[in-house]
Amino acid sequence: MKKILISLAAVSALFVGAAAYAEEAGKAGEASHEANPTHFPIHEPKEMNWTFSGPFGTYDKAQLQRGLKVYKEVCSACHSMKLVAFRTLSDLGYSEAQVKAFAAGYTVQDGPNDAGEMFERPGLPSDYFPSPYPNDKAAAAANGGAVPPDMSLLAKARGLTRGFPQFVIDIFTQYAESGPDYIHALLNGYDEQPPSGMKIPEGTHYNPFFNAGVSLKMPKPISADQVTYDDGTPQTVEQYSEDVTTFLMWTAEPKLEDRKKTGFRVVIFLLLFAVLMYLTKRKVWSNVAH
Amino acid sequence: MSEGHSTYSPKTGLGRWFDARMPLPRLVYDSFVAYPVPRNLNYMWTFGGILSIMLVSQIITGIVLAMHYVSDTSLAFGSVEKIMRDVNSGWLLRYMHSNGASFFFIAVYLHIFRGLYYGSYKAPRELLWVLGCIIYLLMMATGFMGYVLPWGQMSFWGATVITGFFTAIPLVGDWIQQLLLGGFAVDNPTLNRFFALHYLLPFMIAGVVVLHVWALHVTGQNNPTGIEVKSKTDTVAFTPYATIKDAFAMVVFLLVFAYFIFYMPNYLGHPDNYTVADPLKTPAHIVPEWYFLPFYAILRAVTFNIGPIDSKLGGVLAMFGAIAMLFILPWLDTSKVRSAVYRPWYKLFFWLFAANAIFLGWLGSKPAEGWYIPAMQISTLFYFAFFLVVLPVLGLIETPRRLPNSITEAVLEKNKAGSGHPAGAAAAPETKG
Repeated sequence: MKKILISLAAVSALFVGAAAYAEEAGKAGEASHEANPTHFPIHEPKEMNWTFSGPFGTYDKAQLQRGLKVYKEVCSACHSMKLVAFRTLSDLGYSEAQVKAFAAGYTVQDGPNDAGEMFERPGLPSDYFPSPYPNDKAAAAANGGAVPPDMSLLAKARGLTRGFPQFVIDIFTQYAESGPDYIHALLNGYDEQPPSGMKIPEGTHYNPFFNAGVSLKMPKPISADQVTYDDGTPQTVEQYSEDVTTFLMWTAEPKLEDRKKTGFRVVIFLLLFAVLMYLTKRKVWSNVAH
Repeated sequence: MSEGHSTYSPKTGLGRWFDARMPLPRLVYDSFVAYPVPRNLNYMWTFGGILSIMLVSQIITGIVLAMHYVSDTSLAFGSVEKIMRDVNSGWLLRYMHSNGASFFFIAVYLHIFRGLYYGSYKAPRELLWVLGCIIYLLMMATGFMGYVLPWGQMSFWGATVITGFFTAIPLVGDWIQQLLLGGFAVDNPTLNRFFALHYLLPFMIAGVVVLHVWALHVTGQNNPTGIEVKSKTDTVAFTPYATIKDAFAMVVFLLVFAYFIFYMPNYLGHPDNYTVADPLKTPAHIVPEWYFLPFYAILRAVTFNIGPIDSKLGGVLAMFGAIAMLFILPWLDTSKVRSAVYRPWYKLFFWLFAANAIFLGWLGSKPAEGWYIPAMQISTLFYFAFFLVVLPVLGLIETPRRLPNSITEAVLEKNKAGSGHPAGAAAAPETKG
């Protein structure tokens, strides 16, 4: 067994060497012109310290409520949230009455009624967030040909390849926030100026954190003081982006707290169980050379 | 080992009544209690048990998921999200199932490499090995179809790319592809038949597992020395010895599994699969699940035409050939010595092969461009050379180390050298470890 482990380590070392060399060789090749980058995003997103990261991560309810406000007042003008029902907003710390009132603030199409006609009514907690556009074609037509993605799962649907050896290290550091880091970086990346000589296609906006080109169709979505916070939280783009990203992580992974809490119990149980199993195994085998 | 005398004697009247009519308790007793296993098995021999519980776990979580899943292209993605959001513990079931597939493959790869290292595929265990290869093949089909079911971007485009391979086959290729897809492109009929097959195949796997275990119980287990069991002192009873060791290994394996389920459930997946499938929008980078990556690299290594075989067919042949190598492995290795422990050169090549396989996996995740292509080609060449050149030739020219006379001798020798404990009489060794 020991020999196998040593050999495994040797194999890994060999692989590490080869791959590290490979990454270097790759990087040397891409040290191309600043104005014509070939790998995106141009800048790596900053790794943030999210409340929901790590084994004991939880959501900050006040932050989720602020994020919801940002989504409602800004993002929802173009981005749908089809998978999220109003009833689930009670997770954000709202009472039943508050959820009802929030839902009632939306108009939802229902029907057909007894006369066979579709009608509009105020939203109920059982309804889902209505979409800003009737369909994808309408969304594309209103946004220069690009459909603003549905935001329900965005925080899990984005993420960057971490490369070697980072992806191995990530297992031990439990890094699972590539999506939120990406969204946060993108929201804060609009103020950067493109390098001289770079061509920005008409109707697009430079953002060095965008993962598929030098620029994207979405213009800078939010500026300081655009959304009013009642609790005295600073009304900066940085704060807005952190709040809305946290909210998007919640919409993508509403059971995250439950998952991590359960996980801790499961891991502790299995650890104790493993120790007991090991001791039993030693006792059973104690009179047999093997 | 081989059909010895059954030592089962029912103690109760009911037991005797049963035994005379349908001796199922006898079968269980002989197979999992009294069954003799070599006393020197190390932890690499615990993956058989681990794989069994993974199969059961996948089937149980899968059946419950199927109660909530809808195999319709317009509803599939949403139904999976309903499971994640509204079904009680649905997130747990789904993460157990999706990560379970990965851990099933982690275990099977360790199991296969164990067999390679200790020569478990050699006579008289060829059939046991081939049955294992069939299970592996069925697992790949199951895993691939399961990945299509959530109907995300990678589901759709992975299915498009992989079923596209079949069009490379001359004459019947297009027909096979259309049969698989139920049409001319991946669409609702594809999703429906994949769901049906994804439900069916695990039970076929379970069937082949029964044959695999049956074959195992006829030949008996191989062991780290690769020497056949010769006397009773070479073995211990399955229960309690192997049972408790397997149980400990299972708990440790489950611990790692749980770490992924609860703390990084999406680490082994692809973010693009959280975007609903869009036939009009190709992802920048189509990659299969990690466990297919070495074969994906081999597929893309063939970038040139060979005579009448164009590069596409060549790639597909290379990929299927890579799997076929495993099937014919027992007849490629010419060495009479099983275990790499006594084969210095084989041991070296084995580890090179393992490193190469991991490297191929890494290359599989990279685009086929720049220096990655020659790297894929060299790695592919080594992969095939290992089976077609190294294994046949090495057996003829290699001088193996001196083999111990028996498992018992090997164990006692090791303990004497390892711990400095005086090895007791062969019948009553006092050492522990």
